[in-house]
Amino acid sequence: MLSKRIIACLDVRDGSVVKGINFEGLRRAGDPAELAERYNAEGIDELVILDVTATIEGRRALEATIRQVSARLFIPLAVGGGIRAESDAAAAIDAGADKVSINSAALSDPSLVTTLAERYGSQAVVVAIDAKENGDRFEVFARSGKVAADRDAVEWAVEAEARGAGEILLTSIDRDGTRAGFDCRLTAAVSGAVSIPVIASGGAGTFDHFFEVFTDGKADAALAASIFHYSEHAVADLKQFLHARGVPTRL
Amino acid sequence: MTIALIDYRAGNLTSVRKGFAAVGAELFTPSAASDLAGASGIVVPGVGHFGATAFLDDAWRNEIRAAVADGVPLLGICLGLQWLFEGSEEAPLAGLGAIEGRCVRLPPIVKVPHVGWNSLEVVRPSPLLEGVADGTQVYFTHSYAAPVTGNCVAATTHGTKFAAAVQHANVWGVQFHPEKSGRPGLRILENFTTLVRERRTMNDEPRTSNEEPRTTNR
Repeated sequence: MLSKRIIACLDVRDGSVVKGINFEGLRRAGDPAELAERYNAEGIDELVILDVTATIEGRRALEATIRQVSARLFIPLAVGGGIRAESDAAAAIDAGADKVSINSAALSDPSLVTTLAERYGSQAVVVAIDAKENGDRFEVFARSGKVAADRDAVEWAVEAEARGAGEILLTSIDRDGTRAGFDCRLTAAVSGAVSIPVIASGGAGTFDHFFEVFTDGKADAALAASIFHYSEHAVADLKQFLHARGVPTRL
Repeated sequence: MTIALIDYRAGNLTSVRKGFAAVGAELFTPSAASDLAGASGIVVPGVGHFGATAFLDDAWRNEIRAAVADGVPLLGICLGLQWLFEGSEEAPLAGLGAIEGRCVRLPPIVKVPHVGWNSLEVVRPSPLLEGVADGTQVYFTHSYAAPVTGNCVAATTHGTKFAAAVQHANVWGVQFHPEKSGRPGLRILENFTTLVRERRTMNDEPRTSNEEPRTTNR
């Protein structure tokens, strides 16, 4: 049976992981390659490197980071943040990324999804959608949640699939950073409307939140950052927790 | 040992090359079909659309068939596995036909593409899967799949049961990505490398006798 994937996100700026990291075993706190290796040993199913810099220097550092992280990593690696054009995607993939995640660039030029899918295959193209609840609907925001894109999240996900996206990385702006749980309504709405996998993101605070998003939220994968940073065996413990509750996981 | 990694422009080969490097095998990328003459093993990787295999024209097919007939181990990965079969309903193109059967789209009762970690149901022991226990999870990403026939050595279920690993003589294929499947994946790449090495030691000058007729055929 297909396992529900647990994905760890590394927010990287200028070559360092920037979200709180508490691992005592790390020689250099914030080293992405070291953290990636640790997650891998703990049984993480996939990694996402999210570039939170926008400068040219930062982009170059990102490529070096991708190279370092992917050098000894034999699980899927996705890279997102700041991928605005085909050349940015090519640089990330050449450096060792298996997938690229595009967000604002896909909203302003949806044909980029198709261009990348034709060049690298749909399995390499993740469309990231940041959404906020607005009455009965979920509204899409671009530019790291700053600008309303005037799109409905479900409709945009359906369009992204039709244009060649292989997966949807769906972040709830309302829940992001709150540790109050994933937005299961949003996730279920999108997951039910597309046939491609949906990765839920934003709000993970407890193991129960993962259970909820895999059941009520119909998510195929769930992504988190800080919950894994703060305790040493979080990934393995989370998987045992889910397994004991009947959620298929890779142990 | 010279393992050829065939680049037919279907996806990035960095991961496959890295995976083999991790088990001590350096791969070379032939620029023309004739470069395959010296290969002691051949890997056909690939992701994406079956239509991409159109690149593998008669020149490539003939060289690959000749090498296989010589006993050179051949490994197809993902789309590469599908290409080993007679064809796929994804595109009106013939596969290599080294293995009987045609690939079909996974049923719409489940999410397609099939993306993520799923378990291997070992059908029968095979040197390629040595050290890989029944139930081991490996990483898949595909929409089309090969049928379970007598050539299937491991199956996986997603909507339907399909061939996750196949063998016919010295032709091998895996639907999943061993280069993205953690430790068990690397073990499979290592096993293939061992198959290539063992064949080398068993038969030190395997190609000389066949060099003449193959040259004439071209």
